[in-house]
Amino acid sequence: MEKIYARTKGLRPDVVSGFCPGCMHSTVIKLIGEVLEEMNQMDNAVAVLGIGCCGLHMEYMSYDNVTAPHGRACAVATGIKRANSKSLVYTYQGDGDFASIGLGESVSAANRGENITVIFINNGIYGMTGGQMAPTTLLGMKASTAPKGRIAEEHGYPMHMCEILNQLTAPYYLERTSCNTPQNVLKTRKAIKKAFQNQLDGKGFSMVEIVTSCPTNWGLDTMKSLDYLNEKMLTEYPLGVIRDNG
Amino acid sequence: MPKVEIRSESCKSCGYCVKFCPKQVLAIGDKVNSKGYEYAAAVKPEACIGCKMCGVVCPDAAIEVYK
Ligand SMILES: Cc1ncc(C[n+]2csc(CCOP(=O)(O)OP(=O)(O)O)c2C)c(N)n1
Ligand code: SF4
Ligand code: SF4
Ligand code: SF4
Repeated sequence: MEKIYARTKGLRPDVVSGFCPGCMHSTVIKLIGEVLEEMNQMDNAVAVLGIGCCGLHMEYMSYDNVTAPHGRACAVATGIKRANSKSLVYTYQGDGDFASIGLGESVSAANRGENITVIFINNGIYGMTGGQMAPTTLLGMKASTAPKGRIAEEHGYPMHMCEILNQLTAPYYLERTSCNTPQNVLKTRKAIKKAFQNQLDGKGFSMVEIVTSCPTNWGLDTMKSLDYLNEKMLTEYPLGVIRDNG
Repeated sequence: MPKVEIRSESCKSCGYCVKFCPKQVLAIGDKVNSKGYEYAAAVKPEACIGCKMCGVVCPDAAIEVYK
């Protein structure tokens, strides 16, 4: 009998991830491991982790990683990549990290066409710190800092990072995916692989934005959070390739 | 015959594999692992077609599939 689906070597064999049940951070970390293994890049990869739940897998992953100060992952990745141009350098950031405190660093790295890959997890909320509003929080969605839900007049509108970066000349590849179904998990896997390959080919800045759930801070069980993701998040954040210069 | 193996210690009882298995092979069982999660189990193993969907969708890499 042949093993046709195996746990990736990108994850330590006996460690359980620190993420909550059903958290799709965990799905994406698994996919990154699978892709690095398939591309034979595990020894060449450097992960730059953001601050937040996105950093909850340092002991779970089995390859090199460094944690950047909150929001500065793209700047740290820029330094690593410029010093070691052969390394495969990617950032792994949440929406608070990438699109709020780190907005300047993120947009600037994209605008320079920095030859790095960004894996951006959009779960519409600050996960680790207890559900504060993120730039990506939906209108009407409750957050600990917006107990009545996000109101446009007071808090502005959800920010679409792929579309914002698509206004810049330099980025090479921008795609938005999700992990809400097995089919979309496989599409996300393909997008991550493509984004990594672009970097190895010297094409410049690639980002995969992955729309996920945060059952814990959404206050929903895993099945209801899947429904919310399908009905609400994916309506605001439609999936697809936003730019592909390849 | 295809078969799934569930690493019970990695399972967090999210239920995604149960929802997306096209053949209703899987269910959340009543046994708990050391973290207190009722882990998934194959309740109709003979119906498995080896499509891997459970493995693909599992966030915690708790499922391996053989064919
Ligand atoms: C300079 C600084 N400011 C604030 C914090 C507190 N803090 C830690 S994680 C976080 C937000 C993380 O949210 P997000 O990036 O959406 O990641 P998630 O937890 O959802 O993965 C904040 C504000 C910090 N660690 N450092
Ligand atoms: S708090 Fe949310 S983002 Fe953080 S691990 Fe739990 S479900 Fe995932
Ligand atoms: S391999 Fe397919 S049929 Fe078998 S348990 Fe998994 S999802 Fe179900
Ligand atoms: S998808 Fe994975 S973690 Fe979730 S219930 Fe199934 S085996 Fe357990």
